[in-house]
Amino acid sequence: MSFRIIGTGMYVPPKAVTNDDLAQIVDTNDEWISKRVGVKERRVSETEFTSEMGAKAAQAALDDAGVKAQDLDMILAASVSGETVSPSMACMVQHRLGATCPAMELNAACAAFLYLLETAAAFFALHKDYKRILVVGCERMSGILDWTDRSTCVIFGDGSGAAVLERGEGYLDSVITVKGGDDVIKIPHFLGCSPFFKTEQDTPYIHMKGQETFKYAVTAIAQDITTLLERNHLTIDDIAWIVPHQANKRIIDFACHKLGISTEKMFVNIEKYGNTSSASVPMALHELKESGKLQRGDKVILCAFGGGLSNAACLIEY
Amino acid sequence: MVQEKIIAMLAEATDTDASEITADTKFADLGIDSLDMTEMAMDLEDEFGITLEMTPELNTVGKLAEAVEKLTAEG
Repeated sequence: MSFRIIGTGMYVPPKAVTNDDLAQIVDTNDEWISKRVGVKERRVSETEFTSEMGAKAAQAALDDAGVKAQDLDMILAASVSGETVSPSMACMVQHRLGATCPAMELNAACAAFLYLLETAAAFFALHKDYKRILVVGCERMSGILDWTDRSTCVIFGDGSGAAVLERGEGYLDSVITVKGGDDVIKIPHFLGCSPFFKTEQDTPYIHMKGQETFKYAVTAIAQDITTLLERNHLTIDDIAWIVPHQANKRIIDFACHKLGISTEKMFVNIEKYGNTSSASVPMALHELKESGKLQRGDKVILCAFGGGLSNAACLIEY
Repeated sequence: MVQEKIIAMLAEATDTDASEITADTKFADLGIDSLDMTEMAMDLEDEFGITLEMTPELNTVGKLAEAVEKLTAEG
């Protein structure tokens, strides 16, 4: 017994920042960003905190599902860019929604939405009376970017995506993997101002080695999808859609090359939003559903990868 | 054989005539970026069953081919 997805929602702040806008801030241009990353514009919050965006996506998912906040049994949230460490974004979303259920946050960086689904499946198994769980990835990535670093600030964007899960049989299989360490991707915290702590602090922004990240991500996608297909005796033709983490269009395209599959199997919307970390998979899933291209009963693979290094994929029947 | 493979990959990736690419051709001169290099390295890894670490020193077709041949020979 696991769950099925009965509603999805997303929210992005209204301000769009184009590649030409970024060229005014750092030494870059539209052609370079489009070719290297596949992003044309991204949304950036001017006033809204992370949990505000999370609550708006969550409310949209609740409305889509026809579920009231008071009817939720659990809220699970993920973020690497919350406005507070405590309360967690889950607690803030719970408060903003007017829900009364337990709420908790987890961190698996850009792979976190898959870890939220896995955790939700575990809660459904543990608590037989749980009927509905809300999962939400919410990010204000613009707050953790070094806006003088053209190799990272052009990639990311702000946004939030959510899904309402109801007890059911739609979560068919999953694979989660962590290869620990901070040498490829890291987002250091502000470590405080203790007069006793002598270690030099890294800037509290995203630090990422591009080539290593690319290689890790492509390998993770290809291995996780292959594992799910083999373990479930499926071929790629049995899968209606793959919804990958929208990290970089070239990662997605090269993963298709490695898997020997058409890029048309992958749902991609990175050109509009950039990499929104934990929000990217639910945002893409929502847009896929809204496009009318996703049908009930379709088999879909969701996959994601990011800092940790954490990667995960799951097979669902929508 | 390795060098021919690399030249064929580069010719396809850059839409260049293979006859114009030699052992001394620098990757930078072909206008390929670091992600192109990573993609080529990953294809070479699969093709020859090796683990290849791309370093700045491997900046020409000939040097890369030599590194791949050495790794392949080491098995």
